[in-house]
Amino acid sequence: MKRWLPAWVGAPRLDPVLLVMLLLIMGFGLVVLYSASGQDMSVVNRQAIRLGFGVAVMLGISQVPPRILKTWTPWLYGLGIAMLLATLVMGEGRNTQRWLDFGVLRFQPSELMKLAVPMMVAWYLHPKVLPPDWKATMLTIGILLIPTILIYRQPDLGTALLVAASGVFTLYLAGLRWRVLFSFAGLVAVATPVLWLIMKEYQRDRVRTFLNPEADPLGDGWNIIQSKIAVGSGGVTGKGWLHGTQSHLEFIPERHTDFILAVLSEEFGLIGVTLLMLTYMLVIARGLYIASAARDTGSRLLAGALSLTLFVYVLVNGGMVSGVLPVVGVPLPLISYGGTSAVTLLAGFGIMMSIYGHRKFIR
Amino acid sequence: MISYKTNRAIKDERDELRLFEQRAWVGFIIIALCILALLARYVWLQVVAYDQFSTRSENNRVSVRPIVPNRGIIYDRRGRVIAENLPAYRLEVIPEQVPGKLEGLEALLDVLTAFIDLTEDDRKAFEKARRNYRDFDSVPLKFNLSESEVAQFSVNRHRFQGVDVVPYLARHYPYGEILTHVLGYTGRLDADDISRVDEGNYRGTRTIGKIGVEQFHEKELHGLSGFERVETNVRGRVLKVLDRQAAIPGTDLVLSIDVAVQQAAWDALGNRPGSVVAIDPVDGSVIALVSKPAYDPNDFVNGISQKAYNEILSAPGQPLFNRAINGSYEPGSTLKPFVGLAGLELGVVTPQTRVFSNGKFYIEGYDRPYRDWKDTGHGWVEIVSALEQSVNTYFYQLSMNLGIDRMHDYLAQFGFGSVTGIDIPGEGKGLLPSREWKRANLNQPWFPGETVIAGIGQGFNVVTPLQLANAVAALVNGGSRYAPRLLYAAKPAGVEKAKRISAPVALQIPVVDPNDWLTILEGMDRVVNGVHGTARAVAADAHFRIGGKTGTAQVYQLAQGPKAKPDSIAAHLRDHAWFIAFAPVEAPRIAVAVVVEHGGGGSKAAAPVARVVVDAWLDQELNQQPGQEP
Repeated sequence: MKRWLPAWVGAPRLDPVLLVMLLLIMGFGLVVLYSASGQDMSVVNRQAIRLGFGVAVMLGISQVPPRILKTWTPWLYGLGIAMLLATLVMGEGRNTQRWLDFGVLRFQPSELMKLAVPMMVAWYLHPKVLPPDWKATMLTIGILLIPTILIYRQPDLGTALLVAASGVFTLYLAGLRWRVLFSFAGLVAVATPVLWLIMKEYQRDRVRTFLNPEADPLGDGWNIIQSKIAVGSGGVTGKGWLHGTQSHLEFIPERHTDFILAVLSEEFGLIGVTLLMLTYMLVIARGLYIASAARDTGSRLLAGALSLTLFVYVLVNGGMVSGVLPVVGVPLPLISYGGTSAVTLLAGFGIMMSIYGHRKFIR
Repeated sequence: MISYKTNRAIKDERDELRLFEQRAWVGFIIIALCILALLARYVWLQVVAYDQFSTRSENNRVSVRPIVPNRGIIYDRRGRVIAENLPAYRLEVIPEQVPGKLEGLEALLDVLTAFIDLTEDDRKAFEKARRNYRDFDSVPLKFNLSESEVAQFSVNRHRFQGVDVVPYLARHYPYGEILTHVLGYTGRLDADDISRVDEGNYRGTRTIGKIGVEQFHEKELHGLSGFERVETNVRGRVLKVLDRQAAIPGTDLVLSIDVAVQQAAWDALGNRPGSVVAIDPVDGSVIALVSKPAYDPNDFVNGISQKAYNEILSAPGQPLFNRAINGSYEPGSTLKPFVGLAGLELGVVTPQTRVFSNGKFYIEGYDRPYRDWKDTGHGWVEIVSALEQSVNTYFYQLSMNLGIDRMHDYLAQFGFGSVTGIDIPGEGKGLLPSREWKRANLNQPWFPGETVIAGIGQGFNVVTPLQLANAVAALVNGGSRYAPRLLYAAKPAGVEKAKRISAPVALQIPVVDPNDWLTILEGMDRVVNGVHGTARAVAADAHFRIGGKTGTAQVYQLAQGPKAKPDSIAAHLRDHAWFIAFAPVEAPRIAVAVVVEHGGGGSKAAAPVARVVVDAWLDQELNQQPGQEP
């Protein structure tokens, strides 16, 4: 052991099972991306480099013991909130204020919150007696609501949804009483009309379009219709790799980012979609297994919440592409083109690997 | 190890783990159910509704594009190209693809002006045309771009989404104005046109025959549209042709016009407004059809500017007006041969019937004189010399004996008062007066004096040059009145040899005695070749023996009063000069009618033009080797 390295750096601690599944998903993603980008190898290379960087981050974090991560948690959360506030003041980006520009580095603070919120909630609930009491529950909701509102204000409904979900999942796994959960659900149902009132016009448009895409087939409904056509025309076996007409003739919008699942469905058919979904399910199952093997409550809650959040990505993206959920900007995890979300996801898996590597009974 | 503050209650790790595992299992089951529900959605899309989406994907991918057939080429009867297609470029806009919709379109046109010479007219025409197309159709903005415009645009193309330069074949008329009133021209397809044609066949067509032969024979000239099924991307760019059905090009047409004769007639008219129509009496084919002044049809092909159009509108002599088929002229003395034939055939006179001309003719019971053109009169004349010298008194008397009813009915057989049926649209009917006509239109009874002047082609009589030429053709060919034809032969695409198309006979005029007809022709022969003929000058050095008849159409009614000297009358009040002719007298191959507006007397102004036309035609036609068809 080299002296100048921190003491906690030891033998590699990672979960080969999780790693293999993630590499499978990323590999498949690059294959689909090659087709979706119109066989542009430079796009694939760029994405491969980002994923490589993400994997490096994952492996790096997996070496950090959970207790160190715990000490970072409040700082990370505080930093995230500060940066979110900063984006409201000086943010950049088309129409929306999502990006912070640090000269050379452009950064989306909301991505950080996808990790910081479950970490913070887990950190907060860790010493509490579970299931949490009334006071702890309210405080937890406060912890997750502040960043959610800030992100929603950017506005970025998709990320806000994911951040809120990660916090709620932590609460759920912490054993929040069912009746409390159900009354929250009831409250949300009642609040939906209120939500409509506070939505931005473009968000309302999206919901309207979602409810009836055929009303404006050349305008806002276009994306949904074309995506459904792509998926449906793929059939069971798909049109074959590089043979998706909807994608190659550019009918699918955002076909290498949010709608890449449409390309995949068109070219690989129901078989491809099912295999992908199964792999995601295995990743989630593995994550929950890791959580249950975690050495302490905080780690357990965190690993469990991160796993369940992955499900939200998959469900929302899959629903949006197939036209059962409104179009919100949620990428298909590890497959959609774009660096930030992939790095965040992989960092999350890094945390899970760290928890796995430092699980119970290892010493 | 970090130490966590503990709460009032005691944490039980085992309980918490159990709770967690319970929650994790429930969560996982819910997730599994959700994912299954999601997969069910994909099963619905990809299995149950597969056919529907597969079809829609195919429709997305494939679009059907019309292939415009090449318009038929038009030749004259000697094989000269008189209407052709030249490669050109036009600018087209697909409004839907222009960013920013309507304002975007306006802004785009503004910017385009820097590269393309877009006038207000072009923009107006474009706006008008746009209404006839759907938003995803290509709408022509400007035709016939110059080379530099094409180059300028091509370099800057990336700035103009939805705009493209499209190669096409532009109609061109090499002989310009001399054939305008025959050929017409093609112009931008408008809403009116679209309602008249089979829309499917014209989906890709941008121009259509507007007047003349181009309009009349539009169907043959246009051909049948083909189509190709192409794979296009979302912006409509063609990536691959899947299959195609070629267009069937328009039929090439051969017109009976002889450009050399047409040109000769055009030149012979000089700068005087007028018209020349020449018909081959043997088959009713139109050899020349001139209306002067005219205008260059090529200006109209690419859309004429308002300014240029106004210039044509205000030009002296009404160039847009087709005098040959629609001019309304009093026939004057050119009607006499037909009136004379009526008299002979109906037994009112014989060739030997004599009338004394003393310069004035009176109707019994009236004291108004009807004059001869020669104040002193012509003395005793019978039909031949009456024609030779154009003796009014003879025809006054003949008309009185004939009566308006019989005169009308007989002349109607020659096509006076009705359209000839030539194959260009817009023909005028002229006017052949009758008792019924006057009652119906003027609500007046017929007066005997009107019969008298009708007999010398005055009064209500109105003819077009085409009618007169066609009547002459029927007169000299023994009574076959054709519906004259410009279309001489047609060569459909893929056919080796053009098929001759004959003019239909509109009416076979019954012949009572062929000698009556020959008598009239003898009179007309004497007009040119007789010692007292009114058009003797025409015979000088003639290559062929010509028969004819002079005529004067009164513009300013001098009310049979004292004769004014022609030169003392203002030019625009001078009479129109007529000359009808046929040649060779022995076996006529051409019948001509010439009118020179405000030309004065027929012999001086119109007859020389007819002579030029006769020579131009017969020199060529009768010296031609047999079997030499175009």
